[in-house]
Amino acid sequence: MFTQRKFYTPYVSPTDPCPPIRIKSYETPPQLYLGFQPPCLPQYATAKEALYRGTLWPALYSPYESPYKRGDTGE
Amino acid sequence: MWYYEKKLQYPVRVRECNPRLAKFLIEQYGGADGELAAALRYLNQRYSIPDKVIGLLTDIGTEEFAHLEMIATMVYKLTKDATPEQMKEAGLGAHYVNHDNALFYENASGTPWTASYIQAKGDPIADIYEDIAAEEKARATYQWIINMSDDPELNDGLKYLREREVVHSQRFREAAEILKEERGKKVYF
Repeated sequence: MFTQRKFYTPYVSPTDPCPPIRIKSYETPPQLYLGFQPPCLPQYATAKEALYRGTLWPALYSPYESPYKRGDTGE
Repeated sequence: MWYYEKKLQYPVRVRECNPRLAKFLIEQYGGADGELAAALRYLNQRYSIPDKVIGLLTDIGTEEFAHLEMIATMVYKLTKDATPEQMKEAGLGAHYVNHDNALFYENASGTPWTASYIQAKGDPIADIYEDIAAEEKARATYQWIINMSDDPELNDGLKYLREREVVHSQRFREAAEILKEERGKKVYF
């Protein structure tokens, strides 16, 4: 499955002073993969939603949440 | 750490004393897209980028120092034994007043090198694309210098350096593909 966020496990030294973050992430938004945008891509159903999202096409929509926010905190 | 090999990566030959060409070439020494900026940019980005591309940044950053040495040799030879009068005629009068015939990290118009030439955004995609752009800009700068130089032996070295920019750009593009790969996605259980 395509993901817009990739994860890696950096080297952790036994003498690192800060508590190590063992899994780090970075963003890979959709424009990196699309190439030349093909014609007639599916669009959002309403103009209102497109204006809200900032793009006409779901294929170009890139949601962003802080990687420091946990999924189970309900925020 | 580094080991030093006491020779140039590619031989530098200069046919004639030509301080005017040195003034242009100094752009690749202390300019925004020059070899110093390149080396420091890559070696600095290494710390906050995924492990898979750290080695590439180390290798290319190190090679940029080898290029810096070649540029330094070229500039040195072009201005070595140039008289104050020749320096003045070449537009290097201000340089001579400040530095005699010493090399200085400055661009072709005499602006000193500054750390703001180095970009480090911390976002791996942004940093690698920055590096690709830097290689293309350095390649273009070599082209414009070659266009203005009539020294075939010096141009031979410049063409070698231009080719290395091409190879480095290719390697950074490959690094971008590695960063884009889906292998690094999070596994959920």
